[in-house]
Amino acid sequence: MTEPTPTGYRLTEEQTLLRDTIRTLAFEQIAPRAAEIDRSGEFPEDVRQLLAGQDVLALPYPVEHGGLGADLLTQCLAIEAIAHACVTSSLILSVQALASLPLLLGGTKEQHERFFPDLASGKVLAAFALTEPEAGSDAAALRTRAVRDGDSYRISGTKRFITNGSVAGLITVFAVTNPDAKRHARISAFAVEVPADGFKVARLEHKLGIRGSPTAELTFDDVRVPASNLIGAEGDGWKLALGTLDRSRPGIAAQAVGIAQGALDAAAQYARERKQFGQRIGEFQMIQAMLADMDARTEAARQLTYKAATEVEAGAHDATRWASVAKLVAGDTAMAVTTDAVQVLGGYGYTDDYPVERMMRDAKITQLYEGTQQIQRLVIARALLGKPD
Amino acid sequence: MPLRIVVLTKPVPDPAAAAERLGADGRLDRAASPAVINGNDEYTLEASLKLVEAHGGEVTLLSMAPASGIETLRKGLAMGAHRGILVTDPALAGSDQWSTVQVLAAALRELEYDLVLAGFDTSDGVGGVVGAAIATMLRLPYLSSAAKIEPDPDACTVRVRRISPTGFDVLEAPMPALIVGTQLLGEPRYPSLKGIMAARSKEVVTKSLADLELDAKAVGGAASRSKVTGTTKPPARGATQVVRGTPEEGAKAIADLLASRRLI
Repeated sequence: MTEPTPTGYRLTEEQTLLRDTIRTLAFEQIAPRAAEIDRSGEFPEDVRQLLAGQDVLALPYPVEHGGLGADLLTQCLAIEAIAHACVTSSLILSVQALASLPLLLGGTKEQHERFFPDLASGKVLAAFALTEPEAGSDAAALRTRAVRDGDSYRISGTKRFITNGSVAGLITVFAVTNPDAKRHARISAFAVEVPADGFKVARLEHKLGIRGSPTAELTFDDVRVPASNLIGAEGDGWKLALGTLDRSRPGIAAQAVGIAQGALDAAAQYARERKQFGQRIGEFQMIQAMLADMDARTEAARQLTYKAATEVEAGAHDATRWASVAKLVAGDTAMAVTTDAVQVLGGYGYTDDYPVERMMRDAKITQLYEGTQQIQRLVIARALLGKPD
Repeated sequence: MPLRIVVLTKPVPDPAAAAERLGADGRLDRAASPAVINGNDEYTLEASLKLVEAHGGEVTLLSMAPASGIETLRKGLAMGAHRGILVTDPALAGSDQWSTVQVLAAALRELEYDLVLAGFDTSDGVGGVVGAAIATMLRLPYLSSAAKIEPDPDACTVRVRRISPTGFDVLEAPMPALIVGTQLLGEPRYPSLKGIMAARSKEVVTKSLADLELDAKAVGGAASRSKVTGTTKPPARGATQVVRGTPEEGAKAIADLLASRRLI
């Protein structure tokens, strides 16, 4: 007899209860706000308060610093449940976790004590500032400089596409500390507390989707940061960025799964109600086939995401591959399923009378951020073939 | 003085799951649907939590349910209740209201409390008599249809605002007392995630009929005084007409429709 499947293959009772609680919260309190958040393009401060008040933002942090010490899968369940109702709102948790990861991975005990309690309570929001105007997919090409000056560093440069950059109180900034070092050893990570002299939110982007999530261009003009805010050692930045992405990409995959499920649910409900040619459109086999494919693809993406989260959490040797595979499949699934959902709703789906057009616009970002789908494929291919000579 | 409050909570099929199913005997198949705390019980639980937040004290949840009821109790503990008691016994399957009253009263006899709170009715049985019957059996003051509960622990009295057809009656009784609440007590809170984590380590005591020194032939399904003789499904909902447009257009369309049916 073979060994029985470990019970870990199913969610634990606690995970289910956490997920259901957040799902109810999202359904009752966030979903009714989603259309307005998208329309106004304003950051949903009320949702931030709600997530903070219910301890949702505490999930990624250690228990000793006011967090819940949730593993990556549990965090993914939370992101998925919120994204099901409103992707913009799910980004509040995603980015809080993302921006804290360099500190979690490389921060000192003193830094954890200093920063985590306010992040876990949601009092302070965090942002992750890696991308620059000329350093997108080629993130190592960044130009922002950090120069040591006595007990502090002086940071100068421009960061682009920084989610929550305009509402954050703590920004994890990647900057070049040693321009002469080898490509990846040039970079260090800093916890920058803002507002600060020389720091400015230069502008906010107008975007296709996730419109309530502020995407900021940030400028640093000789911003002074205490040396005690350096995360890890000088030159650790690139390693920390990569380690961060391994853990954050499953979260983006979870977000994509949430969007896909939201669109599938909306399409299925419409197919049950909408009548044409004297019957509900859900009785037409062409609609049934679309819905069935949407469900199957969403479930496949979900299970892959959960597996990836579990492998990354376990520190698997191929964690990077798992994270990229999940993000690639889930992002493409979200795009395909939301597009099909608009198709099921026909002309109505193209209007903002129904949520699916918003979901379709929101889905697109999951194919772009935290590594485009092309970068994910590059990562996966490297895992298969080894690094180029 | 801190308050000791017992809240009667019943696991009922989750209305959101819409998976209710009847067994061959016409009774609800409780395994077919995920269970949640009866909606009205959440309002009395919320009121209890607010009372102990104000006065200090402890909230105990009391349920009679299948063994799976422990999961539903955990949801109440996650909201902030301090401990749970689950009376469960295979012989209790098929209990009617009379039997439920015997069992819950027996469990209450073993407890010390200032207040017992019951929801207005349950969404599965919709009997709405269990609270009153327990009060009668235990000879407790019975304060019904409560919209507001104001205990005075030092004087050992409780004042309740009872909904009446003309407004409110204000009732006062000595404690311990039994109060049946309404939704006017205030919206139940969501369990916080920390509450969910903390619920794991809270005490849930399970009791059988033997533990309560009750005879399985005298209560439970075997002793039920009411039987299900038949069931019918509610009539199917008529076709739905969705009105779209601005609020003004919508209001006019609805008013025209009602007028055309001579309903207004």
